Amino acid sequence: MEIVEAKTGKKILLLGNEAITRGALEAGVDFATTYPGTPSSEIADTFSAVAKYLKKEGKDVPFYFEYSTNEKVALEVAAAASFSGLRALTCMKHVGLNVASDAFMTYMYVGCKGGHVIVTADDPSCHSSQNEQDNRYYALFGSAPMLEPSTPQEAKDMTVKAFDLSEKLKLPFLLRTTTRVSHVRGPVKIKDSRKPKGKGFFEKDPMLVTIPEVARKRHPVLIKKMEDALKLSENSEFNIVIGKSDSEIGVVASGVSVLHALEALDILGLEADVLKLGFTNPLPKEMCKNFLRKHKTVVVVEELEPIIENQLKEIAFDAGINDVKIYGKTSGHFSRLYEYNPDIVVEQFAKIFNLKNPLPDTKENPLSLPSRPPVMCPGCPHRASYYAMKKVVPKDVVYPTDIGCYTLGKAPPLEVADVLLCMGSNAGIANGLSKATDQKIISFMGDSTFFHAALPAIVDAVHHNHDCVITVLDNRTTAMTGHQPHPGTSFDGMGNPAKALLVEDVVRGLGVEHVEVVDPKNLKETSEAFKRALEFKGPSVVVSKSPCILLELHDKKERGEPLDIYQIDQDACKRCNICISRFGCPAFYFAEDKSVHINEELCNGCGVCVQVCPFNAIKKVKEVTL
Amino acid sequence: MKEKLNIIVTGVGGQGVITAATLLGKTAVASNVNVLVSEVHGMAQRGGVVDCTVRMGNVHSPLLTRGSADVILSSEPVEALRQLDKVNDETVVITDVNPVIPSTVAVTGEKYPKIEEVFKELKKHCKLVTLDAHALAEQAGSVLTKNVVLLGALSALDILPFPKDLLLDTIIKSFPEKYASVNKKAFELGREAVLSQREA
Repeated sequence: MEIVEAKTGKKILLLGNEAITRGALEAGVDFATTYPGTPSSEIADTFSAVAKYLKKEGKDVPFYFEYSTNEKVALEVAAAASFSGLRALTCMKHVGLNVASDAFMTYMYVGCKGGHVIVTADDPSCHSSQNEQDNRYYALFGSAPMLEPSTPQEAKDMTVKAFDLSEKLKLPFLLRTTTRVSHVRGPVKIKDSRKPKGKGFFEKDPMLVTIPEVARKRHPVLIKKMEDALKLSENSEFNIVIGKSDSEIGVVASGVSVLHALEALDILGLEADVLKLGFTNPLPKEMCKNFLRKHKTVVVVEELEPIIENQLKEIAFDAGINDVKIYGKTSGHFSRLYEYNPDIVVEQFAKIFNLKNPLPDTKENPLSLPSRPPVMCPGCPHRASYYAMKKVVPKDVVYPTDIGCYTLGKAPPLEVADVLLCMGSNAGIANGLSKATDQKIISFMGDSTFFHAALPAIVDAVHHNHDCVITVLDNRTTAMTGHQPHPGTSFDGMGNPAKALLVEDVVRGLGVEHVEVVDPKNLKETSEAFKRALEFKGPSVVVSKSPCILLELHDKKERGEPLDIYQIDQDACKRCNICISRFGCPAFYFAEDKSVHINEELCNGCGVCVQVCPFNAIKKVKEVTL
Repeated sequence: MKEKLNIIVTGVGGQGVITAATLLGKTAVASNVNVLVSEVHGMAQRGGVVDCTVRMGNVHSPLLTRGSADVILSSEPVEALRQLDKVNDETVVITDVNPVIPSTVAVTGEKYPKIEEVFKELKKHCKLVTLDAHALAEQAGSVLTKNVVLLGALSALDILPFPKDLLLDTIIKSFPEKYASVNKKAFELGREAVLSQREA
């Protein structure tokens, strides 16, 4: 495993996220916690893979790692390690920090002991997220010092440095990436690893108990720490000016925007000094002031919110610098929406400096190309659950949904997603709709989401007797983010056996009286369970349990079991097309003559379609070894 | 090599697109060439479009501008055409000829264009090289080596900043030993498919 075994001084290709993990290992991290979420997942998955690899090699695993129940728990677990003097890392996607924010805000007051790096991976353009919030605001909001890498090499270097600085300031550090930093691979130079401590010791300290009297004392301490952080930022190797052109033009950027800006300057042949900011909270005020003084025009390139831009204006105002023109979002050039790319930056630089945009015009595609949205896999048990449910419930049922593969049920032909906010929101929204309307409500979430965020809402449903059906599509894994374990699985992130909690036991324990557990591959049984649940007055829970088809295929391969392949008997087929128009498994397709066939390369052999076909036209035709 | 080399590797989730891009990146690092490989994960895994950019040499951004691709390496014809905005007259598009029809075609009635039309459009804008990568992968011993067939095809263009043997060596070392001969054969078949077209 190259990320562990590569020799000092060697350059290897690492994903930005892997580089963060490597950085943590080099910094001697003792503790790593997470809840998976794109684009952050590979940071934790790499810890998991390293732990399993070392165990297999018969070596000691020098750190503790867990996939925690949710991001708040992850942050608390790791904060405890830091309080005990250990080095800790917690990683999550941007919206994960919302979940962890309650702990996060007061953690800054208390501060840490062992270095603690909190990674937030933002997702401009919502590649795989429900919003594109800019978590740099959390750095300002919570008074957290923050580093923002541009490349995998920097991701590693900044992680190592963040541990040192965090220990020095006794303040957790935010390391903020975006999709185009987390998911970019580049060369990274390997360095020696510091030896982790292993076990810490919790020394009692009344200042750790944030009763109001203590909180009032800790707030000024936090402000003082951020003043010290400012000095570190002013002298940070991550805040540099690139270019000595003595140009009147200055560009200020952070994160991947630095790279787009440098590319754009090259393309336009434009001479400019670039203030590349890596230590971005607190901003190095003196450095910014000098930069503003030296340049007549300053363009700020930053994705999403105008955070650097607004602070630069504040700095210019306070310093009485009137002769600099600052361009960015408020000047109308750069958008607050979506991720940037070099084309966008070239276009805006050209506008600002009255240059011809040298890039060719956009080529319109002359043919209309079919869209290729992500879909539930052939054989996905969620499709079976949805199909069986829809068969027997009234048409006007409202379907609150949640975050996971099953959100893909929004697409035709299933169309079983009506409202979604965040992790766990399906149940809370189901509760509210059941009281606010007379409509029938059936909500959906996955098993990992259930443990992550749905328990309080189910308690609410029980306590107030909300009349709704809450469904847990229990596919025995956290599928969408890459099959991570969760509290319902019998192993943990380090590959050790773990106590598996059963969803049905938990909801019964919470007081739900009507609980149905079904195998969605049995369509009839599943349909009837939904019917009964809907008839029940009060909250009911359906646990539709069948492993993710990708896990099942993996297990079949391990066990050497063959895969059943199905095909349509064209003589028996009456072309009712239900298999496509209602069930919608992507393995089905229309031939030129409108006959329906199964693409045997796509078929994962679940066999559910046999029950879907009213004319018994779908038959097993062969077995293939995986 | 040129000062910069811009490659787009594209296709459908499950075709080994990210693996192919990563193998190019690894080989670049092994030959001390600067490289940035960009990819989008997450929802793309579930049968969606997957595209990666591989930029080598004196580059800053991981993303490339309109019309600046040197090569588009595609494991699906329509996905090659979807990258039209990135090509110029000199761009070489290497694509597998086998369509993967998205489920939207059956479910919502969207149309998959005729393959000849797709190739005709591509030819208007760039240099097109087509091969039956699927058949060649099967011939090599596993359809899963389609991405390796395409890498072999790419190696025949003589624009990579490293010798083709180093790329092949990286490929072989990145998988368990038992796949070495299949991968080698897939690579050579892909390479040969392009070289023979050039001679013809």
